[in-house]
Amino acid sequence: MEVELKEMLHDLESLKQSLPDPSHRASIDKLRLRVEQLTSLEKSGPAQRLKVKDMSAEVVDSNPYSRLMALQRMGIVENYERIREFSVAIVGIGGVGSVAAEMLTRCGIGRLLLYDYDKVELANMNRLFFRPEQVNMTKTDAAVQTLSDINPDVVLESYTMNITTVQGFETFVSSLKNKSFRPNKEGSGVDLVLSCVDNYEARMAVNQACNEMNQTWMESGVSEDAVSGHIQLLIPGETACFACAPPLVVASGIDERTLKREGVCAASLPTTMGVVAGLLVQNTLKFLLNFGQVSPYLGYNSLKDYFPTMEMKPNPQCSNVACLERQQEYIVAKPARDAALKAKMEAEALLVPDCPLHADNEWSISVVDDSGLDSMDAASSDTLPEGLVRELPSADKSQELPTSEAPLTSNDDLEDLRRQLEALNS
Amino acid sequence: MEGWDPNTKSTLTQIPLLTTKAGPRDGAVWTQRLKEEYKSLIAYTQMNKSNDNDWFRISASNPEGTRWTGKCWYVHNLLKYEFDLQFDIPVTYPSTAPELELPQLDGKTQKMYRGGKICLTVHFKPLWAKNCPRFGIAHALCLGLAPWLAAEVPILVDSGMIKHKDDATTSTET
Repeated sequence: MEVELKEMLHDLESLKQSLPDPSHRASIDKLRLRVEQLTSLEKSGPAQRLKVKDMSAEVVDSNPYSRLMALQRMGIVENYERIREFSVAIVGIGGVGSVAAEMLTRCGIGRLLLYDYDKVELANMNRLFFRPEQVNMTKTDAAVQTLSDINPDVVLESYTMNITTVQGFETFVSSLKNKSFRPNKEGSGVDLVLSCVDNYEARMAVNQACNEMNQTWMESGVSEDAVSGHIQLLIPGETACFACAPPLVVASGIDERTLKREGVCAASLPTTMGVVAGLLVQNTLKFLLNFGQVSPYLGYNSLKDYFPTMEMKPNPQCSNVACLERQQEYIVAKPARDAALKAKMEAEALLVPDCPLHADNEWSISVVDDSGLDSMDAASSDTLPEGLVRELPSADKSQELPTSEAPLTSNDDLEDLRRQLEALNS
Repeated sequence: MEGWDPNTKSTLTQIPLLTTKAGPRDGAVWTQRLKEEYKSLIAYTQMNKSNDNDWFRISASNPEGTRWTGKCWYVHNLLKYEFDLQFDIPVTYPSTAPELELPQLDGKTQKMYRGGKICLTVHFKPLWAKNCPRFGIAHALCLGLAPWLAAEVPILVDSGMIKHKDDATTSTET
């Protein structure tokens, strides 16, 4: 098509040259302009579908949302169209993040913020989403290209940077705080942050930002041997933060020594990553649209098809200062939370006929609240369900050094130390 | 620390430990931490020099001390192989270790992540986590980078992935 248009332009040019009569030149120029317009249209790729103003439940072939809106008719979701109000930030657009982004885009999410500093490589082609012709593009640009084609209704923002550096972290936090999409939203500018990164450092950076901003987030991960993964919901102050305890990994369930780990730093499979992305986005939809049960932790062991679940309370001795502040706020807010819960229960009780649940209570059995403060001890997060192990050890405090030296040395001059090191370096 | 050679162990015990737990966003406390980093780097460099085992140069390339650049080298079959060394201090430091980068070796070995970040997962990360916040940059070099170079440089040289700089020049001349 493009070649033909080019030839047509060429022909027009020679026609113009060969015409002795200048009166036709204007119309030939007009023709040429139209051909050029066609060429640029052709270059911009196949025509995109137009934006949709309202999500329709009408069942016709041309409605991109008919099958999603059917969730309402089936009684699963009360108000599906609310999804257009939500903003989700995805950190790490790799094997899990890119697929999660596509799923949310197809679900018609309001706005997606994408963070990654990597480029697409041929070595990524064993995973889903990216295509070979996108090699050497940044992952964020390539993702925006594909996602805006799939669903032009989604507002896409891309940030090509490393969030673990001081500068990158600042940009990350300020982008999460930006409320231009929905100015009257409470809290930050996003409803949920999804961590789809492949390393501990980046997870800790997301954890830091979310603890400081009191931002709910979900963590996801696939093991380096590609056979297990997990997702985890983190609500600052309410559930364990990522620094409360060393990270959990799903034990492979077979003799670790039989797993070859030499030679390669990480293996990956499209299957495991697709499963984990699916679990992550399912949990996200349940959280945002308020249906079903949102999982606090869900593991996936593909070798045994085993899915451990668990809950983790925050560690009162957590090394993260912002986490401790959120824990304190959560404790302070307990009476208000209880009152709200009671009011809700009472409202529900009004709906059921007023009669005692049990007429007599011969043994004086009563229900006690076990979600109080006394159960929030560090030991509670030390016992792990079967099939889960810690990835890193805790910092051990036993070797704590006497710090009597510290005050003496603290008045050293930084410049002087820098010069000393430079002198050694030269 | 099982499985580490006695030399590394004895060197490690002589590198001053750090006490301040602070990252680059912590203001004055970070300056205090930075002083401790300098002291332990100075002590480690001096120790290497006096033991005739000098193997790196590193200095902060910004006043905040969050970006570090320098060189490291390894001697294999009596030839010295030198590489650029760089890393950033992450915002979550010292809970997370710096990710040491050898950009010239990017793509030449599987024991490396994107951008030339050396793989530290198995041999170093657990030690760092266990010793937070007492370990600093000097410890990361001693326990993270040194063993990586000792394991990887011989393989890289023997497989022809890297050439000694004299070999490289003679081969272009002939």
